[in-house]
Amino acid sequence: MKRRDFVQMSGLGAGALLIPSTMMGNNIAVEALLAPGMDVLVKKRMADVALNTATSMGATYADARIGRYLNQYVFTREDKVQNVVNTESFGIGIRVIVNGTWGFASTNNVSEDGIKKATIQAVNIAKANSKFQKEPVVLAPVSGQGEVSWKTPIQKDFKDVPVSEKVDLLLTANAAALDNGANFVNSALFMVNEQKYFASTDGSYIDQDVHRIWPTFGVTAVDQAAGKFKTRQAMSAPMGMGYEYMDGLDSEKLVGAAGLKLYRNSYDMIEDATIAAKQAKEMLSAKSVDPGKYDLVLEPNHLGLTIHESVGHPTELDRVLGYEANYAGTSFATIDKWKSKNFKYGSDIVNIVADKTQKGSLGAVGFDDEGVPCKQWDIIRNGVLVNYQAIRDQVKMIDQNESHGCCYAQSWNDVQFQRMPNISLEAGTDPYSVSQMIKDVEKGIYIAGRGSYSIDQQRYNFQFGGTVFYEIKNGEIVGMLNDVAYQSNTQEFWNACAKICDKDDYRLFGSFFDGKGQPSQVSAVSHGSSTTRFNGINVINTGRTV
Amino acid sequence: MAIYTEEEARKIMEKALSFSKADACEVNLDGSESGNIRYARNSVSTSGHRSNQTLVVQSNFGKKMGTATIDEFDDESLKRVVARSEELAKLSPENPEFMGPLGPQVYDKAINYVESTANITPEFRAEVANSSIEPAVSKDVTAAGFLDDSAGFSAMMNTKGLFAYNKSTNLEFTVTMRTNDGTGSGWVTRDFNDVTKFNATEASNTAIEKAVMSREAKAIEPGKYTVILEPSAGLGLLNGLGRSIGARSADEGRSFMSKDGGNKIGEKIVDERVKIWSDPLNSEVPSATWNGSGQPLKKTTWIENGIVKNLAYDRFWAAEKGVEPVPYPSNFIMAGGDASLEELIKSTKKGILVTRLWYIRSVDPQTLLYTGLTRDGTFYIENGAIKYPVKNFRFNESPIIMLNNLETLGKQVRVEGNLIPYMKIRDFTFTSLSDAV
Repeated sequence: MKRRDFVQMSGLGAGALLIPSTMMGNNIAVEALLAPGMDVLVKKRMADVALNTATSMGATYADARIGRYLNQYVFTREDKVQNVVNTESFGIGIRVIVNGTWGFASTNNVSEDGIKKATIQAVNIAKANSKFQKEPVVLAPVSGQGEVSWKTPIQKDFKDVPVSEKVDLLLTANAAALDNGANFVNSALFMVNEQKYFASTDGSYIDQDVHRIWPTFGVTAVDQAAGKFKTRQAMSAPMGMGYEYMDGLDSEKLVGAAGLKLYRNSYDMIEDATIAAKQAKEMLSAKSVDPGKYDLVLEPNHLGLTIHESVGHPTELDRVLGYEANYAGTSFATIDKWKSKNFKYGSDIVNIVADKTQKGSLGAVGFDDEGVPCKQWDIIRNGVLVNYQAIRDQVKMIDQNESHGCCYAQSWNDVQFQRMPNISLEAGTDPYSVSQMIKDVEKGIYIAGRGSYSIDQQRYNFQFGGTVFYEIKNGEIVGMLNDVAYQSNTQEFWNACAKICDKDDYRLFGSFFDGKGQPSQVSAVSHGSSTTRFNGINVINTGRTV
Repeated sequence: MAIYTEEEARKIMEKALSFSKADACEVNLDGSESGNIRYARNSVSTSGHRSNQTLVVQSNFGKKMGTATIDEFDDESLKRVVARSEELAKLSPENPEFMGPLGPQVYDKAINYVESTANITPEFRAEVANSSIEPAVSKDVTAAGFLDDSAGFSAMMNTKGLFAYNKSTNLEFTVTMRTNDGTGSGWVTRDFNDVTKFNATEASNTAIEKAVMSREAKAIEPGKYTVILEPSAGLGLLNGLGRSIGARSADEGRSFMSKDGGNKIGEKIVDERVKIWSDPLNSEVPSATWNGSGQPLKKTTWIENGIVKNLAYDRFWAAEKGVEPVPYPSNFIMAGGDASLEELIKSTKKGILVTRLWYIRSVDPQTLLYTGLTRDGTFYIENGAIKYPVKNFRFNESPIIMLNNLETLGKQVRVEGNLIPYMKIRDFTFTSLSDAV
């Protein structure tokens, strides 16, 4: 079994939750989270040491990222706190181009001496690898940004909220679930603050303060007599927000089909845990689905993962070009299809935008990790594939000369590379609610929340589950279903997209630990959508007797 | 240098413990040096080197526990990190499940460190990349691969007198070869503690051969087929079984291993030829002989004659249930047979040879149902011979059903630190076709 890259922190539901070990830093006291860190003037001086050393050794380009990564994770089960983890990681990563070849090195010794040594190592690696380099690096131009800063627009910094308040909230949610019939509850709260400083030989000195939060749980109901158990996951989304996401504001609540409570920019964990317990019990005796073709009505906190896997990953240019062939794979969305300007990825109403600026999203920053100002751009317009996700050393390969600004490294000690921006489905333009959508379906299934997901290495064939499933008959929800998974082909699926609810239903789904690359790095990304209908999708029954 | 000798490690840890004022204190000291090279499109893309060393200090006052970490080991730093762990312990809520540190233990001498692996150079890594790229270019194939090697040590000590030390080396290699017409793909994985067992040219050529053989695959109907699973494919599903060996979730009624308010120890769950055990001293897949909490790792049988023999009990759950703790293993070994891959193919009237399974995800934890796809070399077998490559399939299958449908066990191969046999399985469930190459 291979667990070297992961730390097992806690059991969430039936499956253990594994956190990438790279997301951990050194354990620190909670008060140390509030320490200010290195002054920006010192960071500039230290970054200049790297840039000047690199240039003097023949680098034609260099950038330096000084990062301080602060994490706080809280884990509980039932009435117990399992762990409170506070970590800090601080250091500098230096990237250079020498002889048209990248070199990278990093160190946690952020002194002049330590930085010089790491820079020399980066230059030497570039020189050694240039022997085997067949495609010299060409960077798209980006103008120097001067000395600028950006901060996630948060209202409450998680670092200012006492741990006891967070623990109380999780334990209260756990108690609510147990009071409503759950047998077990695991809950967790992940909070991340990236304080990152970027400098490059293009003349940019960028200071950014990025915040993310993810509350989640698994509520399990057990029927000992029948030997059955079911787990209902949280309906929260990881967000690019501060602790204000935990306020549970009524104004941000939505009612889904079957009376589901859903959440936009504010999450009511206690309410969700209460409902989860009732639903987990209901799942124990729900009807097993009859396999066949159904019209699927997919709620945004479910559809987000389908967008992520079937549109997000296949339109990453490095995958398309073969750089990820040995790990995640390549892509069916090949260059010739894009060049044809008429490749129908989806039906006419499918408009998918890439974005690094949307407020509250996990991907939002001012500048990416190579100093490119962030923006929004089209990936699919009126169903046609119109662009990819690409960074400075890639855009020339698709005849463009401006980076899309979606370069990211999970830490100062990892090299930055192309990562998925927020990839979102635009809401329908005509007024159309979820209840209207349900009314229009004759034979269908409403699916909410994330579930099992699997897709092939070129992103054609996929199978998705969900958190809760409801059968729709002649325009009405008739009851809960079990054992549901849908299997489809990406292009067929998106061309079966029949109707999209309007912007009133639009909200974000998120992936907090999306993995890519070798050695693997994680990143966090959001996917917005409104509830959407897909016609005639193949549903299988996943029930088995063993 | 991040790799300390036993004596150097002992000195640092003794010093740290000398500053402890807690009821008990335990320290873990780890260090490693690792290097990697990555290539794609027949060219080197990135390479790197990492050096890490960490001291983790865990102090407790009663059942209140705190942990702090540091990567500098001078006296002042050691004093500071111990004090910080004590402050954190005092601030923590009580953890009723905290068991306290173990006393002195006796460990077997580990055999998982090989000096030649610790001495791998950047030039060696570049040569490995080249031994994929050169033959790929000559065969009209594109190589993408990754080599990651590491050498490290782990040590621990506590105020109850426990001391442990272990050095280890490891190397992991994967390469994907894709034919330039985009219709064929092959892959291999290799991993060793001892680099002298690694032959990058042989591995690369195997992947090239698979890529060329898998060109222009035919579509055949999904359904139930006899399959020959190469060890990597078999491991993909066995991992699902390996993750379900925890006694606690079984006893709590939320695991495949649950039964009537208890667990399935003593129950036959798979074909009687199935035997799965773990052994840190196996010469093919050696591992450390103790785990991070200082428990000795010994040869442990999990399934024998198809019957569940052991489940893993952490110290808390073992105390609750009045049994001896059984630590989670560091490797899995599944008994194999004598048959070679060629012999398994020869004895197959109609079936599918599967190189690997990919994107494997749990569908139903109750039945251990998993889904995923075949990848990088899937072939149709008829009358004892490979007839032609077939398009990839999606499967929905449980390792329990798979091991009940066992036809023949073949030879064992090391995969990701485990020893897994070739397996011939009847009625393996493929549910749809994939266009992916």
